[in-house]
Amino acid sequence: MEAKEVSCREITSSVLSRIEEVDGDINAYIRVEKERALKHADGIDARIAKGEKLEDFTGIPIGIKDNICTKGINTTCASKILDNYIPIYDAGVIQKLNSQDYILTGKLNMDEFAMGSSNENSFFGPVSNPWDTSRVPGGSSGGPAASVAAGEAVCSLGSDTGGSIRQPASLCGVVGFKPTYGLVSRYGLVAFASSLDQIGPFTRDMEDCAALLNIICGHDRRDSTSLDVEVPDYKGFLRDDIKGMKIGVPSQLMAAGIDPEVKGAVDSALNLALDMGAEVEEISIPNLEYALNVYYIVAPSEASSNLSRFDGVRYGYRDRSASTLRSMYRKTRTRGFGDEVKRRIMIGTYCLSAGYYDAYYEKALKVRTLLRRDFDRAFSTYDVLISPTSPTTAFRKGEKMDDPLTMYMCDICTIPVNLAGLPAVSIPAGISGENLPIGLHIIGNALREDNVIRMAYTLEKAIGFKDIPDL
Amino acid sequence: MMDNKKMAGMGKYESIIGLEAHLELETATKMFCGCRLSFGEEKNINTCPVCLGHPGSLPVLNRKALEYAIKVALALNCRINERTIFHRKNYFYPDMPKNYQISQYDMPLGVEGYLEVNMGDYVRRVGITRVHMEEDAGKLIHTGATGRISESGGSIVDFNRAGTPLIEIVTEPDIRTAEEAKAYMTGLRNLLLYLDVSNCSMEEGSLRCDANVSIRTEGEKGLGTKTEIKNLNSFKFLQKGLEYEIKRQEKLLDSGKQVIQQTRHFDNNSGTTKALRSKEEAHDYRYFPEPDLVPIIIDINMVESIKGSIGELPQRKAHRYGEELGLTPYDAGFMAGDRRTAAYFEKCLECFDDAKAVANWIMGDFSALSNKEKMHIADSRVTPEALCRLLKILQGGSISIKIAKTVFEEMFRTGRDPGVIIEEKGLEQISDSGELEALIDKVIEGNPGPVKQYREGKRKAIGFLIGKVMAATKGKANPKIVNEIMKKKLG
Repeated sequence: MEAKEVSCREITSSVLSRIEEVDGDINAYIRVEKERALKHADGIDARIAKGEKLEDFTGIPIGIKDNICTKGINTTCASKILDNYIPIYDAGVIQKLNSQDYILTGKLNMDEFAMGSSNENSFFGPVSNPWDTSRVPGGSSGGPAASVAAGEAVCSLGSDTGGSIRQPASLCGVVGFKPTYGLVSRYGLVAFASSLDQIGPFTRDMEDCAALLNIICGHDRRDSTSLDVEVPDYKGFLRDDIKGMKIGVPSQLMAAGIDPEVKGAVDSALNLALDMGAEVEEISIPNLEYALNVYYIVAPSEASSNLSRFDGVRYGYRDRSASTLRSMYRKTRTRGFGDEVKRRIMIGTYCLSAGYYDAYYEKALKVRTLLRRDFDRAFSTYDVLISPTSPTTAFRKGEKMDDPLTMYMCDICTIPVNLAGLPAVSIPAGISGENLPIGLHIIGNALREDNVIRMAYTLEKAIGFKDIPDL
Repeated sequence: MMDNKKMAGMGKYESIIGLEAHLELETATKMFCGCRLSFGEEKNINTCPVCLGHPGSLPVLNRKALEYAIKVALALNCRINERTIFHRKNYFYPDMPKNYQISQYDMPLGVEGYLEVNMGDYVRRVGITRVHMEEDAGKLIHTGATGRISESGGSIVDFNRAGTPLIEIVTEPDIRTAEEAKAYMTGLRNLLLYLDVSNCSMEEGSLRCDANVSIRTEGEKGLGTKTEIKNLNSFKFLQKGLEYEIKRQEKLLDSGKQVIQQTRHFDNNSGTTKALRSKEEAHDYRYFPEPDLVPIIIDINMVESIKGSIGELPQRKAHRYGEELGLTPYDAGFMAGDRRTAAYFEKCLECFDDAKAVANWIMGDFSALSNKEKMHIADSRVTPEALCRLLKILQGGSISIKIAKTVFEEMFRTGRDPGVIIEEKGLEQISDSGELEALIDKVIEGNPGPVKQYREGKRKAIGFLIGKVMAATKGKANPKIVNEIMKKKLG
C-alpha cells in the first residue's frame, strides 16, 4: 500500500466483495460495516497520497468478534438480549487498533456470550465451516475463525475462555493465539468468565499473528487484572530455529478420545521438531483430568454473576408484556437468552448457592491451584507443551447439539490453559482424509510468548501448510 | 440459642443490640470509576460505563477510598488485614447496575476493633467486628405526586449515587440499651467527623444505621431470637425504634409467644416497626471473590503513614485536656468533640493561657450564636486571636462580663476587633475613683431611704445603690471599685 501498488480502497473492496460473495453460506458476520469501511479506506488513501507514514495495520480490513465493544456500532454477543445494544465506548483493544487506523469490516458471529464450541448457539444463526459448509467452524469464535479462513477479513480478533480462539482456529485451518491472562486488556470485552477470558488474534500465519500481538498486548489501567509488564517486540521471536528447545507432550492429551488422524498429524509435527534438534518427551500433568470439571464450575459461576446485568432495566432487550418488576426480569431473561446460556447461568447459580459453594466453587478453585502447580512444574523443565488443539476435526452441524457433555469435551485440550492463565496457539498441522484442517496446540509458560511464537513459526515453516478452503 | 418460651414470665429482660453503620466516604471520585460524587445534581449526570454496569466495563479501585477506609478502621482500633479481597454480593434490584454489589465478605479490611462509649457513670466498650468497603447503589425515584411506590405509575433510576464508596462498620452484640445505641452512634459520628472522611449527614443518608436486637432474661447466657431493624436514619429514630422493638419483644415473651427472626422496617410516622421479610425469605447472596479485581496487599508503610495522618483522636485529646489543662470531663469532651472545635480551642490557647475561660466562652455565647446561625464556630467571623483579645481585656478588668457579651455579639456580627468596638462605643469600664466618687455621692444624696436601711443593718440595700451607679454609667462602672467606695462612704 505504501508503495502505491494497491490502494486501500482496492484491498477493502476486495474483502467486502468476498464477504458479499460467500457470507450467505458462511454467516461469519452479524453486521458488515460496508459504507463505513469504504469511506474509511478513502481517508487512508488520502493519507497515503500525502505521503504519511503507515503503521503495520493501517488500512488493513479486520473483523471483530461481536463481544468486543465498538463505540456507536451494535455489539450483540450474538444474543437477542443485546440485539439493540450500541456501546457508548470502545474496548481497549479497539482503541489500540484505532491508533493504527485499521479498517473495521464488521462484527463477527459467535456462540451467544461465547458459550459454545460449534457456533451453533447464535441468535443470528450458525456459522458454517469454509472447508465444508455442512460442518461447524468451532466456537465460540466461529465467525472470527471462518472469516479469516474464507478470506472475508485479513485477520480478526476473538476471545478465548476455554479454547474459543484455538479450537475454531484448528477447525478452520488458521492461526489462533490466546495470550497470557492479563496481557491483553479485557476492558470492553463483554465478560463471560472474568478470570478466564482473554482476547487474541486470528491470522493466516504466525508473522501476522506476532504483528497483531504487538498492537493488542500491553497494560491498561482500566483493567485491574491487566499485567503491568513491558511488552516485547513479538515479531522478534519469529525465529526459524528450535534447536535445543524442550517439548513436553502431556500423555493425557494424546490418549483415548483423540482422533487417530489428529494424533497422526501431531506426531508428524513432533517428528519434524525432533529433526530440527528439539527434544521431545512425554510427560504427565496429573490434575489435567479434573480440568473440565473445574472449568464447568468456575466459568458458569462467574458467568451467572456477569450476565445478571442483562435485566432489561438499562439497555438491551426488555420484554414489554410484563406488569411487575419480577415478571419483567423473568420474561426478559427467559426470552432474551438462548438455551446454552440459560443452562450455564443455572449451573453457576447452583454452584454459588449457600450450602453448595464449598463443595463446588471453593473446591474448584483449589483444584485450579493444583493444576497451575502442575504446569509450573512442567515448565521448570520444558519450554513448550504440545498437544492437539481439538480431539477431532470439524464435526457436522447438529451432531452434538443435543448432547452438551459431548460438546464440552471439544475443549479438553484447551481448557487447562485458561485455568492456568497460559499463552497458547493453534496452528494448522495438516489435512484429514475428509479434507478438513487439523490444529496443533503449542502452550508456553506465563509471559513466555517468545517460546510459543518461536516454536509455532518454525513448525509452521516445516509443515508448510498451504491449503485453502475451496469455496 | 435459647428457647423463647423458657424466658416467658421470668421477669426482667436484658436487650442485646448490635449495630451496622454504613458511611459514604467523601472522596473526589467514585469507588471504581472516575465519576465525581454528587448530591442533588441533575439525574444520571455523573455516570459512565463502569457505574452504569455497561457490558465490558471493569472496576478499578479508588486508592483514596482504600486509604479512608483504613483510616476509619485504625481509628476504631481494628487490626488491618494485610491481604484483603472484594467479593460479589449477588441480588437483583433495579438500583443495582450490575445486579451484584462489589463488597467484602470473609476477608474484610479491618477486624477486632472497639469503640469506648462514655455513658456518664460508666463506659461501654463496644467491640467492632469488622470494617469493610463496598459500593453504594443508585436511587429509585417513584413517579407520581406522593413518591410512594404503591401510588406510582412508574419508577426511574438515578445512578449518580451508584458506585459511591461506602464502608460498613459492624459491632459485636455488646450494646445493652437504646440509649447506649444512640451514644455509640453519636460517638462513632464524632469520630468519623474527626477523621474528615465524610460529612456524616444522617439526613442526606451519608451515615445510615441498621440494628440487630434480641432480648433475654437478665443473667441468662444464651441469646434470644433477633430481629433486624432497618431505616433508623437519625439518632432519635435509632433510639425510638429500638425502644419500640425491645418493648414489642418483651410483650411477645410475656404473653408466651416467640420472637420470629425477621427483618423489620422502622416507620418514623407511627414510631413502630413492621415486618419486611422473614429468615426464610432472606436473599442467598451467592458471595464469591470478585474476579475483576486483584487482592489488595496492604503494606505496613501505608498503614503507618495513615496512622500518622490521623493524629490525636477525640477521646485521647479529651483525656489530655483534662490532665494538662484541668478541664472538667464535660468541658474537655466538648473541646475535643470535633476536629475543628479542637483546632480552634488550641489556637486560642496559643495566645491566652486560661483554658477554662476559653472553654467557657466557646461553650457559652459563642456556641449559642453559632448554633442560631447554623454554622460552626470555626466558620464564624470571630478569629481565635480576636476572641483572645476580648478575653484579655476582660481579664484586665477594664470591661465587665456583661459588656464583654455585648462586645462579643458585635464581633460575631461584624468580625471587628474587640478593642475597636469598645473604644468606638465608649464601653470601657470607669475605674477612675475620682469620677466614680462624685457619682456615688450623687446616688447617696438622691436615695436617702435605702441609705438609711443600710445603715440600720439591712446590708442588702447596697445592691440597689450600686445598681443606680451602674445604670447611671450604662453598665460601664467597675462594679468592684463601686462596691468598695460605696461601702466606705456609707460607713
